[in-house]
Order: sequence, then structure tokens, then C-alpha cells
Amino acid sequence: MTVAAPGPERPSERSAGPERPSERSAGTRREAPSSPEEAAEVMRAAGDEERRVQVRGGGTKRSWGAPLRGGPADIELSTERLDALIEHNEGDLTAVLQAGVPLARAQKAFAEANQMIALDPWLGEGGEATIGGVVATGDSGPLRHQYGAARDLILGITFGLADGTVAKAGGNVIKNVAGYDLAKLFTGSFGTLGLVLEVVMRLHPLAGNRMTAVGGSDDPDALGRAASAVAHSPFGAESLDVAWSDGHGEILARFGGAAPEAAATQAVELLGEAGLDAQRVGDDEGLWERQRQRQRASDGTVVRVSGLTSALPAVLRSAHEADASLVGRAGMGLSWVTLPAQETSALVAVIEDLRRRLRPFPCVVFDAPSDVREKVDVWGDDSAVPLMRRVKARFDPYNVCNPGVFVGGI
Amino acid sequence: MRCDVIDARLVETLVRICGREHVLTNKDQLRTYESDGLRHYRSPPPVAVLPGSADEVREVVRACHEVSCPWVARGAGTGLSGGALPITDGVLVVLTRLNRILEVDLDNQRVVVEPCVTNASVSKAVGPTHFYPPDPSSQVVSTIGGNVSENSGGLHCFKYGFTTNYVTGLEIVLPDGEVVALGGKELDRPGYDLLAAFVGSEGTLGIATEITLRVIPLAESHETMVAYFGSIEAAGEAVSEIVAAGIVPAAIEIMDELSIEATENWTHAGYPLDVAAALIVELDGPEAECDARSGDVLEIFKSAGATGTRVAENEEERALIWKARKAAFGAMGYLSPYYYVQDSVIPRTRLAEILGRIRELSEESGFRIANVFHAGDGNLHPLVCFDARNPGEAEKAEEVAGQILTACVQAGGSITGEHGVGVDKKKHMPEMFSEQDLEAFQRLRCAFDPDGLANPGKVMPTPRLCGEVPGPYRRHPLEQAGVAERL
Repeated sequence: MTVAAPGPERPSERSAGPERPSERSAGTRREAPSSPEEAAEVMRAAGDEERRVQVRGGGTKRSWGAPLRGGPADIELSTERLDALIEHNEGDLTAVLQAGVPLARAQKAFAEANQMIALDPWLGEGGEATIGGVVATGDSGPLRHQYGAARDLILGITFGLADGTVAKAGGNVIKNVAGYDLAKLFTGSFGTLGLVLEVVMRLHPLAGNRMTAVGGSDDPDALGRAASAVAHSPFGAESLDVAWSDGHGEILARFGGAAPEAAATQAVELLGEAGLDAQRVGDDEGLWERQRQRQRASDGTVVRVSGLTSALPAVLRSAHEADASLVGRAGMGLSWVTLPAQETSALVAVIEDLRRRLRPFPCVVFDAPSDVREKVDVWGDDSAVPLMRRVKARFDPYNVCNPGVFVGGI
Repeated sequence: MRCDVIDARLVETLVRICGREHVLTNKDQLRTYESDGLRHYRSPPPVAVLPGSADEVREVVRACHEVSCPWVARGAGTGLSGGALPITDGVLVVLTRLNRILEVDLDNQRVVVEPCVTNASVSKAVGPTHFYPPDPSSQVVSTIGGNVSENSGGLHCFKYGFTTNYVTGLEIVLPDGEVVALGGKELDRPGYDLLAAFVGSEGTLGIATEITLRVIPLAESHETMVAYFGSIEAAGEAVSEIVAAGIVPAAIEIMDELSIEATENWTHAGYPLDVAAALIVELDGPEAECDARSGDVLEIFKSAGATGTRVAENEEERALIWKARKAAFGAMGYLSPYYYVQDSVIPRTRLAEILGRIRELSEESGFRIANVFHAGDGNLHPLVCFDARNPGEAEKAEEVAGQILTACVQAGGSITGEHGVGVDKKKHMPEMFSEQDLEAFQRLRCAFDPDGLANPGKVMPTPRLCGEVPGPYRRHPLEQAGVAERL
């Protein structure tokens, strides 16, 4: 086990991501606790006084979720000082991190032992995104194809609730079924249950050599066939993505390990058989950085479509008709459709039209300007919302943790 | 309110819902269901009901809710922690008639099943091109519903993960009889990950009546290798070197001398009887990758001091190697009339230390303790051999097993890796979790089951009730004034 000291001093105000003026005002008190105990005390006091708390990590996803109910937060709790990489257990392939550790910094430390947290979402221009923020939003990138999402990689959690409770669930080992899996419940909960203080993550070896098979076409059906062929192939791609813009698309299949060339060659053949113009790319990091980046929009609006592999052509056509670009995990049925910036009411209409076309696939809006998020239901509905409300009521009965930002107004 | 004795009217309601032949009240018939795979806990239920459809399950649960009668759901009964142990004052809901595969959507790599479809039949339904990775040793008998309830792992979970990583959708009946769909075929539906909360909840949050699973393509190639060592520690060292080399085997298992002796008696798989440990490593993936990596693994075997190696030449030999490993629990009958299985997990790097402690406990207690374990993820299955015909031995064996478990928790591990807490390990929960942790678990349980009707008495170390959801909190004037504190 190695124990790392807290990271280097950083400016307390980070500049990543669009600031949302509507959600921070002169009335917002800023807290930056330096220990889990201090953080728990902030949470307890907020609960006592029924003050609404919004958590801030690296500030790269400020425009995610519905607007906070009741206007700007009473308290903005920053995790910037909870930034210790507590354990890196190389031999056990696990790590314990405080919520405010920037994921990029942690990955650098793990890479020295040829290891990684197999989560590669876009982390901001300066790598500001924290592990706590990535877990709380359930964000992920192209590695998801092989390794799953944050929910699949989290082993344990310590969290603080708005009554001062500090509790943990899960453990420090990669296999454990003792107790309820609250670590996964908190993953993707957008800070509406409580404050993530510390997480235990599973690590994986770095993939070694890598090679990507890329094939292009203007035909959504050919792209769909190609994605499906690779998704069903026995070659074990590390990532399988789709990209679409301006009437042209690509399927990208990345292979890693000791000998990725053979699998990449076979994938090129599959892409070719599906009608794509395909080739192998050895120096492929730029391709994947582009995929990660295009999952986000600095001036547009992103709609995440939870579809199915077989529906890829339909999703591509809908994106095209909306004059949008798209990236996606082709083997998982997940797509991020970036709508161009336009006037609010037009944008709202496009989102609603996209939802209508793609029904029953859930479409969630990210990165939208605040006036758009005021006007559309960012999350859409889900039949389990009444049960989710019951869960919320047990963990945050006073409704102080990020109220209103989640599905169903939770 | 509890129905201390099952109300005759409730039995009549169950008969009306499921038909007389599917409601059992005869003591002899009920003995079939008195225990699950943890045989030394027995408790015949007063009534067992076998609904034949999801609608009937819903009606049964609703009928129980109306009279506040608790219930326990049961699949094939292979669980090893007493999770499906009946309660004496409630209904046993036996789900074995819900055993249909509802849909195979291979295009989207999904299979939709009823809860009592067996684990092995899912892989069979999507083979030979695809498979369902979680593969508990009981997979021929154990059911997907039971796997969901326990978050089952298996031999291949080091690389491929657990049940929770493969369930994308559930239709569940809540303990008040309401039906809720969680997730679906699609990933990342908006909202809390209640799928993850439900999987592994050991039957305490409701009953899954429909389960959507993700299946994946079978790897192009696999290579199964066995190495023999003069000590378990040497085998453990080989595992560390494999992991340190960045190799992620599909499966990586160790059997000790006693386990080899037991399984050889039964399977005649050709394991030598004069070695202290056998390490089984299976690689899978693209052919070129397997070829490159298997050379590395054989090299590591050699440098770690293997006294011999074996590489499966064909599918039959591979099956035989695995047959021996999967038979380890069952074969223990050749060595001992009774055994107590533990399921604790340790950080893998603490292996040598824990094995030393197990050896000490064996010497102190006089019980033989066999070891088979999932070496990649540190999940141990020490088998404490005893003879229940000798008065007091069962209790003593359980005590020794408990001491092993305590040592594992103290080493930073877990009381259970895949068998679940059930009744068996609930008293050990406080060794891993504080009172605040347990209270947090209870919050989730109360959200699903405020009346405490689903599988009461399992998982949590002490019985707990759910309070009302508190209204907005107001400080008492005495608190405001700093005169009194709320404790």
C-alpha cells in the first residue's frame, strides 16, 4: 500500500465549465471543509436549518440536471480540500480516494504502476473533474464498452447525510456482497441523497499496446450493420464507438493488450464487409480524445439517448434530421446527440421532437443553457419515480441535498 | 401486527389465487422446504405457495400485505447462507413454476427470463456464440432469481464481474403488492440505480418476477492451464506475479491438498495427490492475445517454483479440469460427513497471512480445514470438516468458521463474497459495519418495505422497525436556546 499526500495547492476557484449564475448568488454561502468530519458538520447544520446544499467538485458539470428548486443554493459545499488519494493498493487492484481528488491526478498516480480506474469521461480543459463528481453523475467514456460504468467499478463508499450521519457501504475488496449496495445507489444520484465523501474503486491494468479499426460511411444502415458485427464478434474490443456529423459517420473499434493488431485487422474486415471504407490506425489517442470531448458541448446542448444497438440507424437518422452531431457507445446503445446552439424555444421544440421520434428510449438533456433547462423536463419520466421518491425521503427527509435537480423533481 | 399463526382465511385466499394443488399445508410436504443449501438451519414453514405467474405472485404478496403476514421467497434453494430459510410465522413463496425464458434478443444481447430459469440455461439459450458470464458452481440448478437476490459471482467473475453487472432490467413486486419496472433493456435510464440496490438484497426488498440480462459474445479463444506447487503460499505468489504482469485471467483458482484429494476421489481428473496446491488459470480473448499471454503465464509458473504444469489440450480436458474445481464442495463428502463452508474475502495480498491463521485454527481445534478459493479476487472458501453426530461438534465448527471470518475482516476483507449474509452471517455484520452504516442500510430497506414483511430476520444483525418518514425537522425551543441536545 502506498499512501499519497494531498495534491499540490490549487487555486480555490476553478474556471472549468460554464458557471451558472442563476444557481449561485450573493446569498450563497461557500463551504470548503477540509475533513470528512467538517463536511459532516456542514451537512448536519444544513439539515438542521433546512438550507439547500449544492455540492461542487471540479465544476465541470454545472449545467447538468434540472435547475435547483428555490433558486440559488443556500450553501455551496466544495470538495476541493477533500483531495487525498488515501490508498493505492497495487497488488489488490484497488484504491481509496476522497471525493475531491481530480480523476486526472489519480490516473497519473495509478499509471506509474501500469494501472487505471477504467473510467475515461471528458475531464475538463484542465482535467478538473473529480472522482466524486464522476461517481455522483455516473459519467463515463469509451472504456465503458469493456469495463462498464462508474457503478460497475465502485467497490465502497463513505457518505454524509443531512442529519450528520457518516456511513459507509461496500468494502475495500473487489468481491463483496455484505449489506445493501449503497455505493451503486449513490452513483449517479446527482448529490440528491447525500454527500459522497470517499470512494473505493477497482483498478485494472493499463491495456498495453492499442490499435483502432476505423470505418466510415454516409449510410446509417451500413454503420449500424458494422457496429453490430463488431459488437457480436469474439475479438473483445476495449471500446466500440460511433461518430456522426454532417452526413458522415464512423465506427471505431479499439483493441488493447499484448497483441491487438490481429483483432484490429479482423475488425477492419468486418467493417469492410458491412460496406464501410475501413483501415487500422496505430497512433489512435487523438481519435478517442475527440470521442470523449464530443460527449460534451460548450455552446450546444447534448441529449443522451439510452437506446439499443439495433436502433443505431434510427438514432443516427433522427440526429441528422435535427442537424445534430453524435457520438456513442455503439455496442451499448448509448448516444450523445449534440444539438447546435439556437434560440431557446426552437431548441426546446427540437428536443421534444427528438424524444417523440425516439420513443420509448429515454432522452436526457445535458449541458443546456439554463433557460432551456427551465423549460424542458431535463430527465423525462420513469415509471419507478414514486419508488425513487420513497428512497429520497428516507435518505434526505428534509430535502436539502440538491433539491429539484433530479428526475421527477427529486 | 403479525400473524403469529397463519390465518385460515389467508390460506383460502392463497388457494383462490393459485389453486389448491399449489398451496401446501401438509407437514410432510412442507419438510421439502425446511432449509436451503445451508442444511443445518431448518425451519418448516406453516404454508408454502407456488404461484404460476407474475400476476399470481403479485396477488399472493398483496394478500399477505393485507393481513400483515411476512413471507420468504425461494428459488431452487441452493443458497449457502440461509437466505431462503422459511420463517415460522409467515408464508413461503416458492417461485419454481416461473421458469420460462420469455425472450432472447440476441441482436441487442439481452435475454428476458422469469426468476426460476436456471443460470446454465441462459448461456445455453444464447450459445454457442454468446454466454452469460456469472457462473456460480451451482449453475445447473441455481436460478437467475436466486442469483439476483444474492448477487452471485462464480469462477469467471474476476474478469467478467457479478450478477449486478449483467442485470439491466427487473420487474419487481414490492412488499405492498405494487409492481414496479426498474431499468429495462436500455442502459442508464434516468433516476436512482434501484437495480443495483435490488440485486444482492437477499429477498428483503421484494420479488423479481421478470429479469432482463445482458449476455456477451464468447471469446475467440481460451487457454486453460494448471500448475502444481509445494505450498499454497507459492501458488499465491504466482497469482500475485500474474496480476502484477497486467494479465487479467478469465478465471484463477486455487485448490489445496485436501480439496484435491476429495475431488480426485470423485472426478478422476488427473490432479496429482502429492502436491500442496493446484493453481488453475484460464485465459480468454482474441487468439493472438491468448497465445502471447499463455507463454507469460507458463513462465511465471516456472519462476514461482511450480513442480509441474498441465495445459488443456482440448475441450474435454478443459471440462475435466473445471469439473474437479466445480465439484469441490460436493466431493468433500468423501472426506467428512459434514462441513461448514465459509465465504470470506481478503485483500489478495494478505493471502499468506490468512492461510497461516487458518492453519493455526485447524491445529488448535483439531478440525481439518480444506481450502478452495477464487484466488484472483481473494474470495476464500475454507471448508471446516466435522461430524455432526458428535454432540457439540457442529457448534464448535461454526465457531472456528466464525474465527476465520473475523481474521478476514480484520485484514480489511469482507464476511461474504458471494454466498450472502442470510441468517448465517448476520451476527458478524457489526464486525464490518458500524451502527450508522446499518441504519443507512435500514433506510433503503424501509423505502421498499416499510412494514418489514419481506424476508424478515435476514441480513441485519438485530430486528429493526421502520419509523415514519420524518416531516420537516424543527429544532425544539430548548435546543435553540442551547439548553438541551437531541441525542
